[in-house]
Amino acid sequence: MRGSFYYKYIKSPSTKLVLYVLLIGIGYAYLYPLLYMITTSIMSVEDLVNPTIRWIPVHPTLSNYKLAWQVLEVSKSLLNSIYLSVVPALIQTFSTAIIAYGLQRFDIPLKRFWLVLVLATFLIPAQTTLVTKYMLFSKLKLVGTPLASFLPALFGQGIKSAIFILLFYNFFQMLPKTFDEAAELDGAGPLRIFWTIMLPLSIPALVTTFIFSLVWYWNETLVSGLILGNSIKTLPIALRDFIWRYAQMFPSTTGSSANRLNEGIRLAATFITILPLLITYLFLQRQFVESLERTGITGE
Amino acid sequence: MSKRLKAKTKRALVGYLFFSPWIIGFLLFTAYPFFYSLYLSFFKVRFTVSGVESTFVGFEFYKYAFRGDLTFPINFTNTITNIILSTPLIVIFALIVAILLNNKIKFRAFFRLLYFLPVVIISGPVVSELVENNAARIVDPGKYFIYQFFTTLPDRISFPFLYMFDNLVLILWFSGVQILFFLAGLQKISSSIYEAAKIDGANSWIIFWKITLPLIRPFILINTIYTIVDLASFANNSVNTSITQHMFDIDRPYSYSAALSWIYFVAVMAIIGVAFLILRKKD
Repeated sequence: MRGSFYYKYIKSPSTKLVLYVLLIGIGYAYLYPLLYMITTSIMSVEDLVNPTIRWIPVHPTLSNYKLAWQVLEVSKSLLNSIYLSVVPALIQTFSTAIIAYGLQRFDIPLKRFWLVLVLATFLIPAQTTLVTKYMLFSKLKLVGTPLASFLPALFGQGIKSAIFILLFYNFFQMLPKTFDEAAELDGAGPLRIFWTIMLPLSIPALVTTFIFSLVWYWNETLVSGLILGNSIKTLPIALRDFIWRYAQMFPSTTGSSANRLNEGIRLAATFITILPLLITYLFLQRQFVESLERTGITGE
Repeated sequence: MSKRLKAKTKRALVGYLFFSPWIIGFLLFTAYPFFYSLYLSFFKVRFTVSGVESTFVGFEFYKYAFRGDLTFPINFTNTITNIILSTPLIVIFALIVAILLNNKIKFRAFFRLLYFLPVVIISGPVVSELVENNAARIVDPGKYFIYQFFTTLPDRISFPFLYMFDNLVLILWFSGVQILFFLAGLQKISSSIYEAAKIDGANSWIIFWKITLPLIRPFILINTIYTIVDLASFANNSVNTSITQHMFDIDRPYSYSAALSWIYFVAVMAIIGVAFLILRKKD
């Protein structure tokens, strides 16, 4: 893409100082909940009730994690989470690419109308179709099965699909038409052109779509909580039901004071829930942050 | 001529073939649930052995939502107020951060990485755990003079400011995508414009108001709409509780929830409409 980005140079040292102080201050505010969560989650009950301890635990313990791990049923819900985010993300990546290919490359009649309609679907809050979606899936006998999440993704109606279609649309627009014209003269059909020319050239857009789709599917709890929630529990849904589940597993009448639910245990559970995402983010940081600039979602 | 026309028709057909999954999906998974919930909100349905019986009740559920229901008006106002107050704060904050990051600074990639982190980990249950366990409350605002000062003002004036203090971390956590959008927009402003302005003697303050802001305006509109939709669909909104709670009401299954969800839809569209009118290009 375009070669050099323009960044403003700042010469005066005092402006520079203000800038760094601001950036670090904002960074601290961003990190605060994470730091608080990590330190609190390793505090023992004595540390939690001690008002003089704010950051550094005196009696650090991992027992909160042990309890949280049991209540979240991590070995099961982690697999569910991976399954219910990787598969729909893959499906959504390919379906939105194909849809955008059809919309962008073939001068179809009513092209503008369809594009506007695709973007209009983005504006509908999930709640508006929640009730009737549930009715639809229960009529199709799909409630509680992964297909209830995969089918909409396959037909371009997954989580924020409109954004991904727009992203591919803009990306394909940047690819010169001469490539596919040359291939067409050589006798390649449209599907072949899509598969052997468009897709390999669109790897940045594919990667962006996949990773964003992945985290959005992972974190979605409103629709999946209702349609899948009770039979396939993902980590975030297990976290949503944490208090209830905890009370079931450790009734307060039998539990010792060490087992009573406290913020240390709850924040340990929260940290377990986001840990897989944190690890993914650290590995794929460049793809996450630079992707939006590279794929030209913002239009050229 | 006719051969060219034929080739053109064929191309259009192939295009529609690729696009058709979206049309099918749209009809089945978006348009049908969308309009069916509108239909349901006007009918009382009964599920019997022979099928579904529905009787038209007009605006009864809509009236009940505001006059009979005890919790919905509260949940609804809370959610809508949250969207109206948070959106401008998020957009302005994202713009400021993007402008800060658009300077030649050290560790630029690190800061960008940090500010984008919440986008990856934010989900309904995670946010509610953080809020309920005080992890989202960065400072006890009560200790600060400025907070005390605002509490002495009449409610109506102080409310937005106190709201901002109380929800500071959440506002930051919702602005990751918007920061990247603004950064991409700022990168598009050609450096020659800035240089020309500087030669003409404009300082940074003038450059911001006269050059950056007008050129970034389309991005402000996109980000505002994105923010509204993002906040409106978030899993923690109290309006969701109302909608899901009433789904299986014995005397009015689904219908009342459908009416609530349409009230919410109209309200969110109204907010987007107002935002659009304020921010659109005035030529």
